[in-house]
Amino acid sequence: MGIQEFTYLLQGLAWTLFLTAIGFAGGIFFGLVVALMRVSPSAWLRVPAICWIGLFQGTPLLMQLFVAYFGLPLIGFDLPAWGAVSVALTAHASAFLGEIWRGAIQAVPKGQSEAAQALGLHGFSRMFDVVLPQAFKLSLPATVGFLVQLLKGTSLAAIVGFIELARAGTIVSNQIYRPLLVFGVVGAMYFAMCWPLSLWGRTLERRMAAGQAK
Amino acid sequence: MTLDFSVVTDAWQSLLFGTLGTLFLAFSGMLIAMFIGIAGVVILRMQMWLPSLLVTAFVEIVRNTPFLVQIFFVFFALPLAGIRLNPTMTAVIALGVNGGAYAIEIIRGGVESIPKGQTEAGLALGLHKHEVFRLIVLTPALRAIYPSLSSQFILLTLTTAICTSISAYELTSVGQRIEAETFRSFEVYFTLTGIYLVISLVTMWCLAAIGRWAFSYPQR
Repeated sequence: MGIQEFTYLLQGLAWTLFLTAIGFAGGIFFGLVVALMRVSPSAWLRVPAICWIGLFQGTPLLMQLFVAYFGLPLIGFDLPAWGAVSVALTAHASAFLGEIWRGAIQAVPKGQSEAAQALGLHGFSRMFDVVLPQAFKLSLPATVGFLVQLLKGTSLAAIVGFIELARAGTIVSNQIYRPLLVFGVVGAMYFAMCWPLSLWGRTLERRMAAGQAK
Repeated sequence: MTLDFSVVTDAWQSLLFGTLGTLFLAFSGMLIAMFIGIAGVVILRMQMWLPSLLVTAFVEIVRNTPFLVQIFFVFFALPLAGIRLNPTMTAVIALGVNGGAYAIEIIRGGVESIPKGQTEAGLALGLHKHEVFRLIVLTPALRAIYPSLSSQFILLTLTTAICTSISAYELTSVGQRIEAETFRSFEVYFTLTGIYLVISLVTMWCLAAIGRWAFSYPQR
């Protein structure tokens, strides 16, 4: 594998990071919406959130990518490939992060929001100033874990035909007929991105467990 | 925009067989995964540094790389190792290896959750080391990890869709063939998504029912 092929892989890697960043950023925003709907006392908000989460957790990410890729043009959104993939990844992330944060919100002791209510804080402030900051801390290990999953998930954009790291690997492998070398290098690149994140997530988890044991 | 789902309904037989293919991949992959998981934890518990390091490296590598890259790697590596298998069996092995790494993590967590005193009590009662592991550590640990293993199984079932990339026989590859013949991409994938949803909902329900039945003995 020459320098040219390696640069090609690095270009793919840049796209992988780009897709991950878009999916995660969008996922944070819409995931918060989903989480808040999911813990809402009103069934009109809660039930759609439950269905949304169930839909994305119960189907393969690959199908979600395909449906977005072929479905969005049908309803009039003529997006470039990366746009359709981003929409699918964002929706996917919003469901998973929504579920993670629901768990975190419900894990914050109930006394906290009762105390806030007793102090006369209104609903919005109670959620955003009292419950969510604590829930955020609780959810951090799982959120980082999902970030790793999302980064790995972007590789499925390759099957839709989008050239990111995995697809770049397939193309290079077809050119130089050294599949084991190429996929070894591609795997190592993913590993170099995911492993530090995984280690960080585990450190956070351990620190939190130590805090709770006190 | 006109949608034509007749191409999908006409192909219901292929889709049914594809679904069976998906279930076959998921079940046999999980079987291998459980085997790797238990073997890995047994090796970790021997507490020898080199085997433990190898198992840990295996777990970390598999958990931090995409399944798509893993399946390609297995697909090209097996023939070089002199093992010639059809794509479907290759997919089963890739799924087993992938699920195995997660299974090691889950089972290890479950085994560690069993207090040491329980092992010591078993040994004090004169049980053999293997009996202690099987009866006093593994069985309660299995109950503790059953929920995690169930969701891992669902995840593995959804992962089988990726096996279409090496044209293993399963639902997605059947769908792609229908798509190639009819050019009705959206209808095909929309239907597949629905079928996958039904598969995971039914599986979830069955696993919960099995869990209630198998672990119904009193907690303490």
